[in-house]
Amino acid sequence: MQFFERLMMMDRRWVFLFLAAVCFFTYYVEYDVPIYVEPETERIYTFIDSLPEGDIILLAIDYDPNSMAELHPMTYTIVEHAWRKNLRLIITALSQNGPGMADQAIRDISDSLAMPATYNGVEYPAREIVNGEDYVFLGYKPYYALVILGMGQDFRLPFPNDYYGTPLDSLPMMRRVVNYDHVACVISLSSGTISDGWISYGQGRFGFPLFFGLTGVMTAQYYPFYGSGQLSGLMGGMLGAAQYEFLADNYGLARDAMKVQLPAHVIIILFIIMGNVGYFASRRRERLGGVS
Amino acid sequence: MKYLLSAVIVLGLLAGAVWAQESDQPSTAAADTAVSADTVSVAPPAPVGNLRAYDSDNDHGHAVTLEWELSPDDGGGDNSVLMYEVFRWYPYFWDTVQEVRAELVTARQRRVQGTLDVEGDPDDYVKELVSRHTELLSTLPEAHEQYPDDGEFRLVRAVPAGTEKFEDRGPKDRLAEDFLPDYCDFYYRVDAVTIDESVRTPSQIVGPVQSYGQWFNTGRIVVLCFVLVFGLLTILFVQRARSGAELYVRPIAGIEAVDDAIGRATEMGRPILYVLGLGTAADVATIASFTILSRVAKQVAEYQTQLIVPTYDPIVMSVAQEVVKSAYLDAGRPDDYSQDIVYFVTQSQFAYVAAVNGVMLRERPATNVYMGMFHAESLLLAETGAIAGSIQISGTDQMAQLPFFIVACDYTLIGEELYAASAYLGREPVLLGSLKAQDVAKAAVVLFALIGVIVTTAGSSVFQNLFKVTD
Amino acid sequence: MKRQLPLALVFLFGVFMIFQYFVPHEKSEYVYEFLLDWIYIIGIFALALGIWSLFRVSVERIKLRKEGATYSYVALIGLYLMIAFGFTAATGDGGALSTSYYIWLLLGVVCLALVMRARAETASGRKKLLALGTLVFLVGFVLMSIFDDSWAYHFYTAEGLSNPMFRIFFDYVMMPILATMFALLAFFIASAAYRAFRARNLLATLLLLAALLVMCRFNPYLPGIDFIAKASNWLMNVPNLAAQRAIVMGVGLGMVATALKVILGIERGYMGK
Repeated sequence: MQFFERLMMMDRRWVFLFLAAVCFFTYYVEYDVPIYVEPETERIYTFIDSLPEGDIILLAIDYDPNSMAELHPMTYTIVEHAWRKNLRLIITALSQNGPGMADQAIRDISDSLAMPATYNGVEYPAREIVNGEDYVFLGYKPYYALVILGMGQDFRLPFPNDYYGTPLDSLPMMRRVVNYDHVACVISLSSGTISDGWISYGQGRFGFPLFFGLTGVMTAQYYPFYGSGQLSGLMGGMLGAAQYEFLADNYGLARDAMKVQLPAHVIIILFIIMGNVGYFASRRRERLGGVS
Repeated sequence: MKYLLSAVIVLGLLAGAVWAQESDQPSTAAADTAVSADTVSVAPPAPVGNLRAYDSDNDHGHAVTLEWELSPDDGGGDNSVLMYEVFRWYPYFWDTVQEVRAELVTARQRRVQGTLDVEGDPDDYVKELVSRHTELLSTLPEAHEQYPDDGEFRLVRAVPAGTEKFEDRGPKDRLAEDFLPDYCDFYYRVDAVTIDESVRTPSQIVGPVQSYGQWFNTGRIVVLCFVLVFGLLTILFVQRARSGAELYVRPIAGIEAVDDAIGRATEMGRPILYVLGLGTAADVATIASFTILSRVAKQVAEYQTQLIVPTYDPIVMSVAQEVVKSAYLDAGRPDDYSQDIVYFVTQSQFAYVAAVNGVMLRERPATNVYMGMFHAESLLLAETGAIAGSIQISGTDQMAQLPFFIVACDYTLIGEELYAASAYLGREPVLLGSLKAQDVAKAAVVLFALIGVIVTTAGSSVFQNLFKVTD
Repeated sequence: MKRQLPLALVFLFGVFMIFQYFVPHEKSEYVYEFLLDWIYIIGIFALALGIWSLFRVSVERIKLRKEGATYSYVALIGLYLMIAFGFTAATGDGGALSTSYYIWLLLGVVCLALVMRARAETASGRKKLLALGTLVFLVGFVLMSIFDDSWAYHFYTAEGLSNPMFRIFFDYVMMPILATMFALLAFFIASAAYRAFRARNLLATLLLLAALLVMCRFNPYLPGIDFIAKASNWLMNVPNLAAQRAIVMGVGLGMVATALKVILGIERGYMGK
């Protein structure tokens, strides 16, 4: 029975080692992970997919480079989906370290649209993404609560110019686009308290459809808002991003990462089971009073 | 085995719930973004009806709200209305004010950049512009009184068809281009516009209407009532406690464990690590943590154990230093206090946790106490503490981090237990009284929730609307 | 007075802030914004105090040759380098830094290291030698600052933030380190789960089952994945939601109570005794 006791008291470094080894090897193995789509994520996809051409989405990239791993795939998949559908984007980055990262992502994604693609059986031709016509990047302003409130009056209030210094009024896309009344929805990808600001100051006051993309850890906290209808949809962590990619038929960063995340979860589950087996076996041994 | 049986029963209930569950999702209305423009008509549309303008309520002024009835040709009739354009009467004098304003803004920018090229002192020039601008603004009400002479209607905003309400709001910054002055007579007009912008029908003109700030936000009266009632309850229970009434507080394992943990550290000759979290001194969790720190520091001083308090925020560091110093004085060991007990590390989240982890692995504290506001670093701290073999007591009000602390620490104060710690530790009647007031308020919330469920299920929203709070 | 004054200030400003929440008039907003500005000013002074505290503690560790003193060297050198990068930038077009700039940086680092070493040294002769060396490097450091035209100090403008070395250290040192620390969470979650999810009693068993159920929804290969997904969805949307709401209400009330106690002077833990 000492084996079971050793199992229960196993040095955590073995756990780290197994986990690291599994993550390392599965990264290089090619296989596709089937994805089960949750209703919360499907609502976001369905809403965007059903928008008519030319509609505008406000995308708030409210996360730091710390949370890039989980939230960047969401940015990539949503933006590409929107642009393939000829929707237009107003992009903000209300997190302090976010604008540079968001700017780089926008450029990457616009480059990827220079090639044709087929998603869900629909062929999308190559297209050029033009700043000012297909998207406007507003950048960062401090005091996110004031920015969210200000955009409800007029985007020009907190952002008279875009991130590159161009006055909003001179951008073709912003003609007759004043505030949240002229966007179809707001999608906030966030890893912190900015999400609370969007609920209180944004959706609560102006009543637009609000969707969240959050880190896995935060997701459980926002189910009450989804349940009450304040949130129209919710994407949680890497799995949420992978679900969206699955719906969009766009194999991207998240589905690639699921190859690693799935075995990692299996390893954790196995270790939990092992630990419990060791626990029950050692308890049984104590009750029996036996010595091996 | 009996736990396994309980677990199987719970699993069975779960399975039943899932089987019985319908996939009902909360329905939310999608935004209506379609603009109806399928009928192009050259005939002028019917105007909007019953246009009203009034000062926006519960704000700091500089805002006028317009409401109207939709044109019969909006969504009906000829269905030709594409949008509404809101016009406001501007006196020509406003252009003069704007010129001076623009000159002032430019002058200020150039003054800062050092490129303001004027005769005489640039500061005097800017001051003169400021006083001229202020003087012009003060005569704006008179200019507005000249209506309809010496002015014209100008476009404020276009709103899509289907809109029945518009708020003409300007910033309170007098140097903003779209500043809306208070106490001036405004006149408005709303044009119904078709796809051909030249084909439009104006409404009747409404006015005069003035904007001004309110001194009380009536939309928040519910909050005021609650604050007053809760404050009165607190005072009532504090008085009761002071008069000797016995107030029961249930035992909180985490706080009771603090004494034992300090004793353990003393016996082992290892230090105690106290982490105040990543909050600022204004955060309630950090304030609650200071009280616990005071208690811990006093006992540590009495037992002459080493205390380590790395802080994330410099203001928190200053306050914590005072707290610890006073605790040492109270314990009668002022000479044992050193300013290096409480020290600042960094204001970068993960750099801070890396530093604290390093302290844990080097100093091997016997006890780690995490009390305050934590974010993603909570598990990093707790697991490293477990690796170092420390007893860990934690408390936070951050819901996302509670699971990590519960799993990785020996004792955890959940949410408001952290705030109750000060009352629990000191057992002062005054603090216990406020705790009781909290309990009564919680009971009231539960009661209101039950009543609300019953009344709302019955189809009435009266009870719900009683608690509506507007911004 | 020492105790009454802070209590009076807390009461006055606390009551004003409560009052301000209900008074939307712009006069009250002006005072509120003025007070907010003061928070930043106090914060900046407090930051200076904090940096001094960090510096003093690190120097003390080096002086007493405590375990981990090497890390204090790293902390001080890192502090010095980022301050130097942030307050300096190359002159002329292109922004490329000259060799003399790097030499100047190196002189500063050596100077700092020698000072620390001298403070830690106990033998009188070696201490004097180290002090002399510090002086020599310090003189070189100061002379280069004055006479080297290829770079300049920028205390009043933001040019230092575009200093290539500042960006390199931020983008290629700090950002990857921060991301690595965040990535460590994955491993710590695994070890915490292994250690803590044991069916010791009913509540622990429930926790274990809930965790297994929610984790299993990531695994589409499991038999009964439909049931698992629906069950975990129900768990998130019903019991989890109920518990979260309950905790939020309790925390909200606790916050109000604590804030009231602080304003009324009942809670004085933050003041010390």
